[in-house]
Amino acid sequence: MSQRPLAATGAHVHSSPAAEPPLLSVRKLRIEFPGRRGTLVAIDDVSFDVARGEILGMVGESGAGKSLTGAAIIGLLEPPGRIAGGEILLHGEPIHSLPPAAMREIRGRRIAMIFQDPLTSLNPLFTIGQQLTETILAHLDIGLQAARRRALDLLTEVGIPAPEQRIDHYPHQFSGGMRQRVVIALALCAAPELIIADEPTTALDVSVQAQIIALLRRLCREHRTAVILVTHDMGVIAETADRVAVMYAGRLAEIGPVREVVQHPRHPYTRGLMGSIPVLGADVHRLVQIDGAMPRLNAIPTGCAFHPRCKDAFERCRLERPDLMAAGPTRAACWLYPPSPNPEPTP
Amino acid sequence: MTTRTELHAEPPRASLLARLLDSDLFYSFTRSPVTVVAAIVTLVYITAALCAPLISPQNPFDPATLNLLEGFTPPMQPNEFTSKVFWLGTDAQGRDIFSAILYGSRVSLLVGFAAVGFAAVLGIGLGLLSGYVGGWVDAFIMRVADVQLSFPAILIALLIFGVFKGIVPPAMQDRVAIYVLIVAIGLSDWVQYARTVRSSTMAEKNKEYVQAARVIGVPAPLILVRHILPNVMGPVLVIATIGLALAIILESTLSFLGVGVPPTQPSLGTLIRVGQDFLFSGEWWIVMFPGAALLILALSVNLLGDWLRDALNPRLRG
Amino acid sequence: MSVEQALPLLRVADLKCVFDVSRPLLNRILERQPRRWLKAVDGVSFTIDRGETFALVGESGCGKSTVARLVVGLYEPSAGSIAFDGQDVAKITSGTERQALRRRFQMIFQDPYASLNPRWRVERIVAEPIRVFGLMRDARKISERVAELLTQVGLSPADGSKYPHEFSGGQRQRICIARALANNPEFLVCDEPTSALDVSVQAQILNLMKDLQDALGLTYLFISHDLAVVRHMANRVGVMYLGRLVEIADSRTLFEDPLHPYTRMLLATIPDITMSGRRETTVTGEVPNPITPPSGCTFHPRCPLATERCRREAPELVPISANQLAACHAIGEGRSTQR
Repeated sequence: MSQRPLAATGAHVHSSPAAEPPLLSVRKLRIEFPGRRGTLVAIDDVSFDVARGEILGMVGESGAGKSLTGAAIIGLLEPPGRIAGGEILLHGEPIHSLPPAAMREIRGRRIAMIFQDPLTSLNPLFTIGQQLTETILAHLDIGLQAARRRALDLLTEVGIPAPEQRIDHYPHQFSGGMRQRVVIALALCAAPELIIADEPTTALDVSVQAQIIALLRRLCREHRTAVILVTHDMGVIAETADRVAVMYAGRLAEIGPVREVVQHPRHPYTRGLMGSIPVLGADVHRLVQIDGAMPRLNAIPTGCAFHPRCKDAFERCRLERPDLMAAGPTRAACWLYPPSPNPEPTP
Repeated sequence: MTTRTELHAEPPRASLLARLLDSDLFYSFTRSPVTVVAAIVTLVYITAALCAPLISPQNPFDPATLNLLEGFTPPMQPNEFTSKVFWLGTDAQGRDIFSAILYGSRVSLLVGFAAVGFAAVLGIGLGLLSGYVGGWVDAFIMRVADVQLSFPAILIALLIFGVFKGIVPPAMQDRVAIYVLIVAIGLSDWVQYARTVRSSTMAEKNKEYVQAARVIGVPAPLILVRHILPNVMGPVLVIATIGLALAIILESTLSFLGVGVPPTQPSLGTLIRVGQDFLFSGEWWIVMFPGAALLILALSVNLLGDWLRDALNPRLRG
Repeated sequence: MSVEQALPLLRVADLKCVFDVSRPLLNRILERQPRRWLKAVDGVSFTIDRGETFALVGESGCGKSTVARLVVGLYEPSAGSIAFDGQDVAKITSGTERQALRRRFQMIFQDPYASLNPRWRVERIVAEPIRVFGLMRDARKISERVAELLTQVGLSPADGSKYPHEFSGGQRQRICIARALANNPEFLVCDEPTSALDVSVQAQILNLMKDLQDALGLTYLFISHDLAVVRHMANRVGVMYLGRLVEIADSRTLFEDPLHPYTRMLLATIPDITMSGRRETTVTGEVPNPITPPSGCTFHPRCPLATERCRREAPELVPISANQLAACHAIGEGRSTQR
């Protein structure tokens, strides 16, 4: 396997001073699940960066490892899953091997999480005001009155009507969309630098989905908060993200600016994925279809994990695993784009 | 979509035994030493009880084999008259305690298994009906169950026994006592099965495979038996295992109180009752060994039930 | 065209389904609460022609799945009629006639993980309709037919001896389709058949359904919340909101020229995957609790065109043009802006 320089995965979109490390940097991450029938590699050699204020969409099918990556970053991998290799750096500082107490300091304060089901992320026994002020007090050094004022501000910001009354209501008194707004307010309490949103709109109705996406996008722009948006819904990514990382069988298939990946996907898997989404304008009788299914973790093919389903596969794909390689403005793990001695200039 | 990944492997097609040995259930079994020991003890115990006539030194129920001179022989010591050695000693009539335990266990296990079977069949049937039909049928069955649960099981068993003593002529009582015991214990325990099966049934009947069967007009009794029943048996197996231990203890308790099996066919409980008279006169073995035997049996079966519950639980997400 | 062909395969007229969602009797008395009713379906009428795909679309709680279940007889309608091939379903009383009718339709469900009995082998699952309807008696013929069905949906005949847990979600949905085809139905009711699947698998299943429709001349009632999928699959579409149909139109008209404000709002929620710049229709509010629906037109609290009349009076579903019906006062009063 070629030894590539570790940098340069990241933000050619966001021009930041070269000296400053990216907000979050995931390097050659490997997550394993030891089991009775041998060890399963759920995440294999995944590297990417997230710049400050950037929304990175992470898309893939169930079992591709996108949620696991999010859970690993925030230190919530469920045993027996464990980080078996690589590193996760926050501002250049490793956070993947921190003791639980130190990780709790980071969680909520510097990295927050939004889960799929708003009902399970809120405690049904406390009013949302209590939950918000408690979280604020835990992370910020301010008094109770100030914390409550901040809670009210947050509720106003996430678009809860009549926050003065609603702040003393219990979670069950809110509708699904309003609850997810409260969860977003909860994530914003300590003004984190990074939010990991794991399928934040999947449990919601379509008309509510659109509102939540718009809200998330607006808040992150205003607060300069970076977001890793984990979802299976390419539509949500296309509407929200700056860059998108496509995962397949625990590996990154393609990563790049969202417009490029959506309109001109380079990796054959991404191409198939985009083609399989029904589009309103197009009158097609049959959708593009990728035959077969994503391999199970105990039977990942040699070489490129996608080669048995790939129409463009050739000998090298079966033998040698491709790294992420520049493919126009995006980077794809595909031998269709072998690294040339003279790197082509990116448009 | 969750962080849980599909971890199960694709098993090759194989024989039933090979599949069993390869199953997650068997794997969790081998990983729990306590369970393995409990299983071995239970197995040995049941085998010994089944083979009692072959392995026991004497037939304790045949008065001809008893020698009164051998009464009260302490364990592992030669009898002062016949010099015979009894592993676990003898009782007042010179009955070998070891043999009595083996034969007593037969009765205890028979009553236990039969009572569990009776309670399970009754409870599963009523539970399926209650959960699937719903409405007032469900309300009626569940209220009966609630009322019964507010009495201790032993009281219900005693009550049934009292009724039985009142209506059956004394001459027949000894002969049918064991069946009455089975019914009494079974009736005191069906509620558990009914409640569990009812809640599982209510969950299963809304699943789409049941609806698919209803769409093509499969009659309700067939849906219950073919579709729902096999899918609610997991929790039933757990309750039945733990229920077996409880039934054996309940039987012993009843026999100890003198309302169980007749003294001519002593169960472990009867042996303990007979033996406790001698506890304070120094012949401790007459009560101690049957008591220990009961304890070991009940404990082993209980441990098996506990393990089964834990092992089946994550698989019930279905 | 003969009379028989002109007759719609399914005619649903003024269908209503009310569920009793009251607390138990004792609680009602103690808490002094009245009985509560949920009008899941409130006066729905539509027809489906032979060979076409009619889709019902709407958000959760709009009653589209209830309609599907009413059509296949899983629920009893509280009022209204369902006529299959001109035959009023409610008037059939004899068991054999009922089975003869049941043989002509089938249903595909949403959750491929719950729709297969986990204790049954695939061959037994697929053969169940054959056995129930007594289509074949000979065991060898049945297993030949099962193998044929499995091949037809893109599985291998050898898969018949496996259990459902050995398959992925997409493969399970194929098994469900094989089972649904086992009794050679003319009409398939598909309740969100792909919403539990990944997009690439969804494409496989949608393609399979279209291929089967072409090959077998099937008629589909297709329930979905995904407008893009509906646009891809359906010839005609009905939009539901809180138990009522607010608009019915042929697919092209509905997506290019939606009339009802709710349809317009729904269309605005579709993520713009091609990133070609989206229409700006503001999406506001949420679906209210269906137990206590708003008065008049139930959409009025979220509607930009709502007037006093909308709050008072529920609009009827009336024809607007040759192939478009809508239930909205604003359209009749000419307040709706065409775009």
